[in-house]
Amino acid sequence: MTVRELITDTQNTWCPGCGNFSIQHTLKNILADMEKEGKDLDSVVLVTGIGCHAKMADYLNVNSFYAIHGRAIPVATGIKLANRDLTVLCCVGDGDAYAEGLDHLLFAAKRNIDITVLVHNNRVYGLTTGQYTPTSPLGFKGKSTPAGTLEYPMNPLELMLASGATYIARGYTRKMDQLKTLIHDGIQHKGFSFVDILQICATFFPVTDYYNKRTYELPAYDRSAFDPACSMAREWDYNSDAPVALGVFYERAAPTLDEKIDPAVRSGQEKELTIRDFLASRQ
Amino acid sequence: MPNYIPSVTAQECGGNPMMREVTVLIGGKAGEGINSAGMVVAKLLNQLGYYTFMYYDYPSLIRGGHNFAIIRGADRPIGVHRDHADYVLALNQETIIRHKTRFSDRTVTVSNSDVVRDGGQGISVTGALKAENAPAIMGNSAVIGAFAKAAGIPWDSVVNVFTRHLPKGTQQNIAVAKRGYDQAATVLPITPVGDRLPALLSGNEAIGLGLVAGGITAYVSYPMTPSSSLLHFLAENSRRLGISVIHPENEIAVMLMALGYSYAGRRVAVGTSGGGFCLMTEGLSLSGMAEIPVVLFVSQRTGPSTGLPTYTAQADLRFILHAGQGEFPRFVVAPGDAIQAYYWSAVAADIAWRYQVPAFILGDKALSEGLYSIDPANLPKISTGMYPLWDGREPYQRYRDTESGISPLTFPGTAGAIVKVNSYAHTASGITTEEAEIVSQMTKKRLRKGLSLSAVMAEYDTVTTGGVPAAETAIICWGSVRGVCSEVCEDMGFRMVQPVVLSPFPNDKIRESLKGARRVIVVEENATGQLAALIQLPGIQVDSPILHYDGRPLTPDLLKERIREVLR
Repeated sequence: MTVRELITDTQNTWCPGCGNFSIQHTLKNILADMEKEGKDLDSVVLVTGIGCHAKMADYLNVNSFYAIHGRAIPVATGIKLANRDLTVLCCVGDGDAYAEGLDHLLFAAKRNIDITVLVHNNRVYGLTTGQYTPTSPLGFKGKSTPAGTLEYPMNPLELMLASGATYIARGYTRKMDQLKTLIHDGIQHKGFSFVDILQICATFFPVTDYYNKRTYELPAYDRSAFDPACSMAREWDYNSDAPVALGVFYERAAPTLDEKIDPAVRSGQEKELTIRDFLASRQ
Repeated sequence: MPNYIPSVTAQECGGNPMMREVTVLIGGKAGEGINSAGMVVAKLLNQLGYYTFMYYDYPSLIRGGHNFAIIRGADRPIGVHRDHADYVLALNQETIIRHKTRFSDRTVTVSNSDVVRDGGQGISVTGALKAENAPAIMGNSAVIGAFAKAAGIPWDSVVNVFTRHLPKGTQQNIAVAKRGYDQAATVLPITPVGDRLPALLSGNEAIGLGLVAGGITAYVSYPMTPSSSLLHFLAENSRRLGISVIHPENEIAVMLMALGYSYAGRRVAVGTSGGGFCLMTEGLSLSGMAEIPVVLFVSQRTGPSTGLPTYTAQADLRFILHAGQGEFPRFVVAPGDAIQAYYWSAVAADIAWRYQVPAFILGDKALSEGLYSIDPANLPKISTGMYPLWDGREPYQRYRDTESGISPLTFPGTAGAIVKVNSYAHTASGITTEEAEIVSQMTKKRLRKGLSLSAVMAEYDTVTTGGVPAAETAIICWGSVRGVCSEVCEDMGFRMVQPVVLSPFPNDKIRESLKGARRVIVVEENATGQLAALIQLPGIQVDSPILHYDGRPLTPDLLKERIREVLR
């Protein structure tokens, strides 16, 4: 069996220094490992929203659904419900998943659909050239808020805990070994996996120093317990100056939506008889 | 039976002298089970060999307010109710007051004497319930029993209908009905018209069965009247019909989830009404660009905005034809009755996958919630065509350019195929591009699918005709208005023309069906004449529009009056 070329020959248009390169490289390594372990990459599907992150659909040589802004998650949900044998990855942006499509993120967590959502969280709109997102800090000066934002950011980890996600992690693009483990384990996790990936936007929010100084590895605690997970998730509110923990905040086993739904599909002839039977019951 | 008792015959109903028919109105408060009582009355008429149509009228609330159902029986299939009532079953006083104009001196009233004064044959519902120790919800059975006696329907038929169609508390319901039956006198027997036994089916149920026959295996929908009863029907019968039913967080998710289903290889449909469809339009445009097949059922109600949630309209035609940014082909069909709804829903499912386009079934409240009776033996045969699949010989390209514009399909999980779909302008492989040449090439490819679709429409009866085909006056209608139009055209000797497919618009077939017509009237349930404007685009003359937009479906008497006005 020939080893698949995992990157397409599409010209890459991310800015030099963009955090997306690390995520792409990590995904490529994970896919290569999967293939080595005998996993059929034909059954892997990548779904993306719209934004810089979404170019991943063009760059990775796997099945992909390059969707629309904010709507990658319902597409991914539909794919998994239609065919449980597919491994469904979902790359989304922070504007994409936390603003335009927040409802879908919460509901995917609530349903515990077995997909893995990777949020490329650079805390700014890159492709639309620099406006604030739901995770930009208070006072962020973007093109739509030249005097600084008037809103506090939201804390996506807390939202995911409240919504019922069964795998909640945070990584950082400059800690690639850990990031690879977090995404790998998220894919392995049976249920809804969420990884908030801190990355800088080289052009509009280059805060490498901030993350380098404050990020640290989560301490040990019972990962299936809600309260310690919630308390750790609140340590940094995406706004104030505080240590930024990285790792798996919460993980527990629970039945998934895709395994609960009956995918019964009938043959043509059987269908015709069923329709006739139904009409007879209405006579 | 003593022969001084008049029986309901054609002349007395004021209808077509060749037609034997009867109309029953049942009215009461919301929450009193008027809809299911109406269905039982329809089943009783079916027992006498009548085809029935039931119109159900209710305000948008759960308890209180006035609900009524009009059940009409005739010796041939019908798709509309009449204004005049031969029987009124009054569960409250309001029924008699509100429907005064439907009474004639021949009308027989059966009522709940506990709450109705001067209600003809009064039955004490509380008395019947008390005697049988039955719950209040069974009260309608007493009135239905009394109606059956008044109408000369044999007791055996009542038992038969209750046993077959009221699976819960059957014996107790029958006992309550017997109390009503025994208290009433036969005053206006309904003449049996044959021994056929039609099946009762709502428009939405017909659409559900048609989707299943057309190969749909998943239905995704968020509740919105008047589409919701399809969601309920398919959810209730999910296992039996082999269809997965999902109710997500909103219509945006509905549409996108459906596209996920379709991309992964399942045939999928969504359902909604105008407001929900507004939220689906970005997903619709994605379906057009990414060439992902999907069936959309949109059932119209009175708008704009929330409008009249439980009343009918035909005001979303132009919206459906043009919704979504950019240009892409689509299939739109507007069935006019249950049989058409069944057949064309299956066709829509077939067309969507053969041409990789969004396919719409455009309904309205009158069709969706109208209760038709059909002869199961006359159910149209469904044959679905093959769609081109990837043969595996060359590396897979999702958007390979072909003469027909249709690229072979395959789905993720297929060995050796990398399936890339894209909302951006894209290459044949599905990779984003902004190259002028490719953009225009792919635009042409998509539009060629539309031409292929137009060509295949020659094989379908996209325009149906009725009434008197050679008549010089032609009445054009679409959707559920077919029911009233075909009947009025037969009565008045006019030609009826109903375009069923509205995209690709069947200009040639409309022109053909109007040959020899000197006067063209278009009847629509909207205020601006949306179909009339489309017909006129290629230069077909429309003499008079008849527009009706109060949320209530046109009835034969009303339409005749409106036609006489424009012919004056």
